[in-house]
Amino acid sequence: MTGWLDALIQGVLLGGLYALFAAGLSLIFGVMRLVNLAHGDLIVLAAFAILVVAGKFGLDPFVAVLLALPVLFVVGFALQHVLLNRTLGRDLLPPLLVTFGLSIIIQNGLLQVFSADSQRLRSGAIETASIPLGGGIAIGVVPLLTLLSAIAVILLLNFIFYRTPVGRAFRATSDDLEVAQLMGIDHRRVFATAMGLAFVVITIAALYLGLRANFDPTAGPARLLYAFEAVIIGGLGSFWGTLAGGIVLGLAQTIGARIDPEWQILAGHLAFLLVLVVRPRGLFPRAQD
Amino acid sequence: MPLLETHQLTAWYGDFQALYGLDTSLDMGETIAIIGANGSGKSTFLKAIAGLVRSSPDSVMFDGLPIGARPAADIVKLGIALVPEGRRLFASLSVEENLLIGAYGRNTGGPWTLDRVYALFPLLRERRSSAPATLSGGQQQMAAIGRALMSNPRVLLCDEISLGLAPIIIADIYAALPQIRAEGTSTVLVEQDIVQAMRVADRVYCFQEGRLSLAGRPQELTREQIHRAYFGS
Repeated sequence: MTGWLDALIQGVLLGGLYALFAAGLSLIFGVMRLVNLAHGDLIVLAAFAILVVAGKFGLDPFVAVLLALPVLFVVGFALQHVLLNRTLGRDLLPPLLVTFGLSIIIQNGLLQVFSADSQRLRSGAIETASIPLGGGIAIGVVPLLTLLSAIAVILLLNFIFYRTPVGRAFRATSDDLEVAQLMGIDHRRVFATAMGLAFVVITIAALYLGLRANFDPTAGPARLLYAFEAVIIGGLGSFWGTLAGGIVLGLAQTIGARIDPEWQILAGHLAFLLVLVVRPRGLFPRAQD
Repeated sequence: MPLLETHQLTAWYGDFQALYGLDTSLDMGETIAIIGANGSGKSTFLKAIAGLVRSSPDSVMFDGLPIGARPAADIVKLGIALVPEGRRLFASLSVEENLLIGAYGRNTGGPWTLDRVYALFPLLRERRSSAPATLSGGQQQMAAIGRALMSNPRVLLCDEISLGLAPIIIADIYAALPQIRAEGTSTVLVEQDIVQAMRVADRVYCFQEGRLSLAGRPQELTREQIHRAYFGS
């Protein structure tokens, strides 16, 4: 019984990581209907960026991420402004092709610079620290921080989207691009801001990816897959749905692993397929999508 | 000098020419009406002024400034707001958020504030937290006009504001126009309801297949002239 309870708790905590992977993807799709196939590689790229900042300045990754965040916001803003805005239009294919190409460029660029060796962010004792809950169950501090960070990120995104003028501009642009321009909204700038914000979320996800697991230049596509699954399970356009989707995915994986360790990944994909069959629009879809 | 002028304004949708060299003008504080049958180019004319359809720079002059090639987001900042056909409120924003976003690009101060719009259309205050889809057609039209007013425009472009509404609601909406005018806003009305248009407009332009077929003051135009300009001879 304890083992199952432990699996449930670890599943929820793992869901926090998947929600972080997915939140940036959900944000981008929600604002500009862009399916970013390079999302997973961007998470890995951000993890390398934190690694470099931490290594160069001798900083703890939790401090290094604070330096990396504004830089990556600017990188995201510029990427959208210079490249991705040119691909957006009525045809869905150009952004798919360009982000697929970007994915390949990032992977190969990272291979050139960092080699294929696995890397990890090192943060000392906190990596192995845990909080005993009694009954032989303990929760890791980093997994707990991951889930709390995911909740904080989603609270922040909800605040920005529903309580600020820029959030209103995000939603208006998503609703009706043409009329948004009649409000004086420069949609290209709005999209670039959204991408910058997504890069902030990506960088936070990268911190926990690097603290919890090894990563290498080819680790991106699997992260993209988990992010997609979490977004679709939760329902497009809902940040809380994305958190729920991440947790469903995490739970499915840890329960699958509890039955048989080989089933961990498969169980997650099966849960995703089950949700697609039962609720094709996800668990918490936005009303007008 | 007119506040807004078009000189030989042309507009294209791909290979299709929608407007053929239109010359029009709007003076400060004036209301003009654009009438014409479906497909005569009325909405395209407004879109060309608002920047949704590009034209040559000098073909639209606003306060002496060539604006024909400017994007829509710039034009609203200059002081021209469009109430689009079909209302097109933002579905994921509440009524009040729809009004607030009207001031996003041009928050310069002026007579039109949230309270002032609510005073003009009191029903909107009661429905301020509602989703636009739950509003009646008339209430949606009021919200669309209020949203455009929130940018404190010098020129208000209204595209078919009576379309699909009951006569009593149309009367309510038209009753607001004198108050808008009293604040110094000039108005261009595109209308199929000729009676309403003639009642409020200082001057009328009639379009036929993208060309200007008639212009004049309502009291100077005869039914026959309008009929001929509207449907062709």
